[in-house]
Amino acid sequence: MKRARFHHRLLPVLLLVPQLTIIVIFFYWPAWNAVQSSFFLQDPFGFGSQFVGLDNYSRLFRSAEYMKVARFTLIFTLLVTGFSLGLALLLAVKADKVIRGARTYRTLLMWVYAVAPPVAGLIGVALFDQNIGAMTRLFSGLGHDFRLGVNYLDTAAAMVIVSVWIQTPVNFIFFLSGLQSIPQGVKEAALIDNPSGLRRFWEVTFPLLAPTAFFLLIINITYALFDTFGIIDTLVKNNPASNPMTLVYKVFIDGFRGNDIGGSSAQSVVLMVLVLILTVVQFRLLERRIHYT
Amino acid sequence: MAQLSVEHLSKTYPNGVTALHPCDFAIERGEFVVLVGPSGCGKSTLLRMIAGLEDISSGQMRIEDRVVNHVEPAERDIAMVFQNYALYPHMTVYRNMAYGIRNRRVPAAEIDRKVRDAAQMLNLTEYLDRRPAQLSGGQRQRVAMGRAIVRDPALFLFDEPLSNLDAKLRNQMRIEIRALQQRLGVTSVYVTHDQIEAMTMADRIFVMNAGRIEQIGTPAEIYHRPASTFVASFMGAPPMNLLRGHGTGTGAVMLSGGLQLDLPMPTDAGRDLVLGLRPEDMRLSPDGPIRFDIQIVEELGATRLLHGQLSEQPFTVAVSKETQAGPGIARLAFAPDTASLFCGQKGHRL
Repeated sequence: MKRARFHHRLLPVLLLVPQLTIIVIFFYWPAWNAVQSSFFLQDPFGFGSQFVGLDNYSRLFRSAEYMKVARFTLIFTLLVTGFSLGLALLLAVKADKVIRGARTYRTLLMWVYAVAPPVAGLIGVALFDQNIGAMTRLFSGLGHDFRLGVNYLDTAAAMVIVSVWIQTPVNFIFFLSGLQSIPQGVKEAALIDNPSGLRRFWEVTFPLLAPTAFFLLIINITYALFDTFGIIDTLVKNNPASNPMTLVYKVFIDGFRGNDIGGSSAQSVVLMVLVLILTVVQFRLLERRIHYT
Repeated sequence: MAQLSVEHLSKTYPNGVTALHPCDFAIERGEFVVLVGPSGCGKSTLLRMIAGLEDISSGQMRIEDRVVNHVEPAERDIAMVFQNYALYPHMTVYRNMAYGIRNRRVPAAEIDRKVRDAAQMLNLTEYLDRRPAQLSGGQRQRVAMGRAIVRDPALFLFDEPLSNLDAKLRNQMRIEIRALQQRLGVTSVYVTHDQIEAMTMADRIFVMNAGRIEQIGTPAEIYHRPASTFVASFMGAPPMNLLRGHGTGTGAVMLSGGLQLDLPMPTDAGRDLVLGLRPEDMRLSPDGPIRFDIQIVEELGATRLLHGQLSEQPFTVAVSKETQAGPGIARLAFAPDTASLFCGQKGHRL
């Protein structure tokens, strides 16, 4: 890479200022605020706060409800990540083999990518609507009375389905371009070396897709943990009651509905640590291991 | 017994383009056959049809008496060396070489022995634990060779394997591949656009042009008795001189510049002809019958190329480094039996 040289000391600083300002205003400052307020117990009406040390944290980890939400988040993340990656990989492998009408097929698979999460949530609400929902009718055809927002498992299933539906196209695009960047010669060499199509996929194609797959794994975990907020909010109509929710949604509910700023801040800090760990894993373990050239 | 034989084999793509016109040939056991031609002539298509990477549109192909038209590439008992090596980037050299037989229920001890033997043969032993990315171009080429050798197939297929190497390495690998093939005795089909590779490596050369096999023959046959003006101009550097003219009916050619040359073969009166003369078959002689106007002299070290006009047509003569020559008028002579005569319309040899 070319290294730029500045003759004036101030110029590089000046060039960095806009970026740094944004990071400070939208990340460091709120993050610092969250860390700070996680050590205080706030008066619900805003008349002051009291230092309580680590009370907010210990209360969090002793709370059965928090643990339930954490468990749900874990299962939700596993399901969303697993299904949207698996489905996308399957579709990409099939699309890669299509020769006639490939472009139309790919566009059809990709367009969902353009739908914003809350809009997807709204479409989900319509699909799972008690009276007119197509999915509700499908389930009732299968003998199941699907009740979104009433039945815990039904609501959870709807959340997973809508989240997977939204994320699959993104993964599909990456997997497809990953598949297409595998040199033709390597695929043909495998064709000559190995008579089994399935083993060719797992022994040659998939390892060559691994950098893409790993990148997507991180992106998808982050998506399932954080970006599904809009979908969940729309599906539970801003009113979760006893419905399932993820950790991020609970931060919002406890902080802005329960007015428990301290507890909510403690939850945010826990999530921040989680992201930190994810990032470290990404950079340390796998970035180093899954690159060939 | 023929190792590979084809009858009326052809290839037409769905869009109607014919990449290979129907052809018939047989390749004997242990033979080294080179398919040579300009790009787009169908040589790679033919090779890929043999490998099973392209469908056969019509005709029949047999490998060791087994019809393989619909046999999967992995079941054809072939090994292929690709132009860009096509090594598996995520596997070590050892695993790259072992991969083909690991999928064929070969005992582990035998796989190990074969891989180590091949590595020894190719001077790759110390690189067995490396990944392809850590090797030089020549080493990757050797690994690709090793992968083919370990398979011990009925047929080796080479798809321009040396075109990504620099000139010096190319010369070296050319000799290595040929020596290896002779030692192993495996029937080989080798695709190249480089006529020097074709001439030096082949037992037999297939010269291809526009989806047709123009000539099949030993390098000497191809060189001395080219079957068409295309073969004459494609094989040999510098290429054969091709002079336009017509027959006189008396065993002579009247060149279009007005010069008449006597030949030991009948020539129909008035028929359009092309006379082919190799640059090195011509010699300068003060009382020769042909007037040659030398315009440019090219020094090549061992030889000297004289470019100029003969009967108002471009002409090149190659002389040895001892022969002095400079721009100006010279006289030429040639042995009549070295001349080739082609049909002026269709280009085939007469």
